[in-house]
Amino acid sequence: MSDHSSHGSGLAHQFDDLDQQLDATTLGMWLFLAQEIMFFGGLFAAYTIYRNWHPEAFAEASHHLDIKLGGFNTVVLIFSSLTMALGVRAAQMGKNKAVFNYLFATFMLGNVFLVVKAFEYHHKWVEGLIPGPWFRFEGSTDPAVQMFFNLYFAMTGMHALHMIIGGGLLIYFMVQARKNRYHEGYYGPVEIMGLYWHFVDIVWIFLFPLLYLLGLHNS
Amino acid sequence: MNAALAPPPSAPTPSETPTHYLNASYGFRSWLLTLDHKRIALLYLASITLFFFIGGFYAVLVRLELVTPAGDLMSAENYNTAFTLHGVVMIFFFLIPSIPAVLGNFLIPIMIGARDLAFPKLNLLSWYIYMVGGMVAAYALFTGGVDTGWTLYAPYSSTYSNSNVTATAIAAFITGFSSILTGLNFVVTIHKMRAPGLTWFRLPLFVWAHYATSVIQVLGTPVLAITLVLLILERSFGFGFFDPARGGDPVLFQHLFWFYSHPAVYIMILPSMGVISELVTCFSRKKVFGYGFIAMSSVAIAVLGFLVWGHHMFVSGQSVYAGMVFSILSFMVGIPSAIKVFNWTATMYKGSISYSTPMIYAFGFIGLFTIGGLTGLFLANLGLDIHLHDTYFVVAHFHYIMVGGAVMGYLGGIHYWWPKMTGRLYPEGWARFSALVLFVGFNLTFFPQFLLGYMGMPRRYHAYPEEFQVLNVMSSAGASILGVGYLIPMIYLFWSMRYGRLAPENPWGAKGLEWTTPSPPTTFNFDETPVVTEEAYEYVKEEKH
Amino acid sequence: MWTGFPLFPEAASTIASGVDLLYLFLVVVSVVFSVGIFGAIFYFALRYQRKTQDEVPEPIHGSMILEITWSVVPFLILMVMFGWGTAVFFRNFHPPEGATEIFVTGKQWMWKLQHPEGQREINELHVPVGRAVKLTMATEDVIHSFYIPAFRVKKDVVPGMYTTMWFEPTKVGKYHLFCAEYCGNQHSGMIGTVYVMAPPDYEAWLAGAPRGETMSQAGERLFQRLGCHTCHAADRPGRGPVLEKVFGSTVLLADGKKVVADEMYLRESILRPGAKVVAGFKTQMPTFQGQISEEGLMQIIAYIKSLESKERTTTQ
Repeated sequence: MSDHSSHGSGLAHQFDDLDQQLDATTLGMWLFLAQEIMFFGGLFAAYTIYRNWHPEAFAEASHHLDIKLGGFNTVVLIFSSLTMALGVRAAQMGKNKAVFNYLFATFMLGNVFLVVKAFEYHHKWVEGLIPGPWFRFEGSTDPAVQMFFNLYFAMTGMHALHMIIGGGLLIYFMVQARKNRYHEGYYGPVEIMGLYWHFVDIVWIFLFPLLYLLGLHNS
Repeated sequence: MNAALAPPPSAPTPSETPTHYLNASYGFRSWLLTLDHKRIALLYLASITLFFFIGGFYAVLVRLELVTPAGDLMSAENYNTAFTLHGVVMIFFFLIPSIPAVLGNFLIPIMIGARDLAFPKLNLLSWYIYMVGGMVAAYALFTGGVDTGWTLYAPYSSTYSNSNVTATAIAAFITGFSSILTGLNFVVTIHKMRAPGLTWFRLPLFVWAHYATSVIQVLGTPVLAITLVLLILERSFGFGFFDPARGGDPVLFQHLFWFYSHPAVYIMILPSMGVISELVTCFSRKKVFGYGFIAMSSVAIAVLGFLVWGHHMFVSGQSVYAGMVFSILSFMVGIPSAIKVFNWTATMYKGSISYSTPMIYAFGFIGLFTIGGLTGLFLANLGLDIHLHDTYFVVAHFHYIMVGGAVMGYLGGIHYWWPKMTGRLYPEGWARFSALVLFVGFNLTFFPQFLLGYMGMPRRYHAYPEEFQVLNVMSSAGASILGVGYLIPMIYLFWSMRYGRLAPENPWGAKGLEWTTPSPPTTFNFDETPVVTEEAYEYVKEEKH
Repeated sequence: MWTGFPLFPEAASTIASGVDLLYLFLVVVSVVFSVGIFGAIFYFALRYQRKTQDEVPEPIHGSMILEITWSVVPFLILMVMFGWGTAVFFRNFHPPEGATEIFVTGKQWMWKLQHPEGQREINELHVPVGRAVKLTMATEDVIHSFYIPAFRVKKDVVPGMYTTMWFEPTKVGKYHLFCAEYCGNQHSGMIGTVYVMAPPDYEAWLAGAPRGETMSQAGERLFQRLGCHTCHAADRPGRGPVLEKVFGSTVLLADGKKVVADEMYLRESILRPGAKVVAGFKTQMPTFQGQISEEGLMQIIAYIKSLESKERTTTQ
């Protein structure tokens, strides 16, 4: 997002000073996140409408998700937000080694999440719950159960894609930390990386109850 | 009339050509890896011009086919492909990027006294994203095209069409991110990079219009992106988001699609309104009438624009009450639009009006936009839209807004800032002539379509009943004049880049920071950050250029 | 009959003149505003043309009174347009009681029409003059839109639901029927003709047209063939609820909600039986999604509707 010019201080040519640069990049990231909210907002709107139309089918389909794995992943992500926040703090203090370590921890937690998610997807594959011509569902004959899985895969899939992009970005920032780029005056990029990561976590905090816990109060 | 052609008072002599952004460096690398917002603007100018002529080519095919009632020139598949590609290319690859990516990119940093946009690398990335999207679109086009109409309605697009829907959707998806990043860049730049003394209410109205546009780009485009993702998942992977057999609803696609695509109309027209505000003040040499109202009406249009999408679905079986709400909100958009038109007109009152080419485009814009806006009221009207929906009345209406409005503003702006962008003047006589040709050709092309629409001719018809022929022939004849009108500027503008007279710093005697820089400007625009001490368009007697 | 160079469509239904009047009102308002704005621009452009290169006029900052005037006056005019348009829309939205019902199915690329008495037409619709006609419409594939310009009526035909519209023709004649929503390759071929006939001619046409069985008879045959009668018995609640007199009644559902059993509800219950189960029953019924055409569904619904009035004929 920001411009890393050859200036030792990390100040890009179009800005007057580092404060202006940090202000601008932070505003830029918030706008980007507003854009992300609208992106996921389309999915949440579709979810809300279809769940309203088919409450029974959604509740029944929701039982086929593994609450334990979903819950475990929620905890993993909350921890990764913690390590991310610690990484930002380390960058603000210019402790590049600690930045590296915290970002590495965040990266690994993100990978744990994705591996668990992959197992869940595989499980759905085996059960025949992938939407499309091969969809099989034991229980309700209501074809709307498939809509739940449409949305489940679209929403968690888009979320996982954001996690993967986040992982790639983390690698970049780990390399920068290794090069001792950050100091008290220049830590903005890590901070906005943190904003992105927290946003992706928050999306999951919404997805988990909407998808996994939906059936609980009906059973 | 010749008085308008001021002799350049202070043109630099060729012997001491100063360094500017065009001659600062040479070679492909210096262009393809440039971070200079002005060079990126020219990259966009070249690429959207290419897409404009591709889109125009399909318009020619459509108008040729419609000369006769029978579908005899080409097959129905080819006709359907032609109007779809015309829409897709013109909207996603020409109109949406046009003014923001070319004029906005070039001018916003200069107008606010900045050295560049806030994120130059992001700006370059936007252009590359646009080009990748364009190449995917070209792939879709050369491997059979797409026949769904640019609206891509499910379930035709998701299940029934045999054409390249997925590639087209991917192309629009990718290009959308170019638009998002451009908007994001503008918002941050306008917020954080203004020169000292340049308060919000001293900003040129061009900047206000782009601010409003950018907000729509950032908040609207991602909804289209996710809609296209759902469409691709449905079409290519058998998901059934819009399939009633699986509890879905095809009308949801329309809601999501128009949630972006109606505001997208304002992405196209608002920047053009910003251009017109600049032209009318400059060529009336007068402070704009009702600055605050024009600035705020842009914001009002951007906000209201998000609340009217349902007027595209008055006959899609949505509830009566939803229809009423969308109808009244759509009427509301008419008020800020009318405010703009009245204020532009009032600006001319007791002005010093020059008939230079950009002003002729501004006259054209105001006239055509007025007609386009007023006919929009017919379509916002529940009782009338039942009859007019999906007829040629709609086609005529949105061409008055998008071609009569957005494209006229774009061309007016290109002429106005051409001396600044290239350092050369274009031939004034040819330019005025082609502006008149465009105006005549445009009206002859699209006015008959209002009549066709009320008579009931549905849009997207390959063949049509005989009684519609006379008006269709008029429309096609107009289109050929319109085509000539677009080719002439192409030629003389290109010619002027090399042979045009050298332009002075401020050929129009205009206000605004961009006219205090050399023509063309240096790479970082200003040697020293300017300090702004007055409001926009402060034309005073003493000052002469 | 469609020759020459008409600039205005024929008006041949009860609502057409109302729509035309509204249209003319908007045309007049548009012309007044356009002439005013164009006139002002022309006048200013001529009157205040630049005389010398260095002339700079006195600045005018604006006028609050003018701004308020030209915001409020258009607002009031727009509200008149809105109110008038909505009134026209409402009048055209609700079909009158006792309208003749006709069933329409859109299909790439033809219109299929069924009269309750059994006559079937393709791309042609015969209706009597002076009688209200209500169309119940469905589609077998993509979205279409049923459009009769001379009647000023149009409605999309959307997969997965029934849409309705109505009109009352006022003039005998032949009128265009168009598909107005782009539906693929032969979209512009999905056209037809509406024949508005004097009542005696219409009766003659009805008598002459091949009719076969009525819609409800056809529906009953389907009802038997698909085995519906094994659960939905006439006299006693079997595994499924009794369907006699169910149409138009309010049904209590298993989750405590209530719905009116209209065409949409019946359709949904046949295709997605688990969606709205009647109180006291279990979801045992299989889905009939993909097993009945839209036309067949309309016939079954016509049959269920007919059970209001007459006893079910038992066929063993």
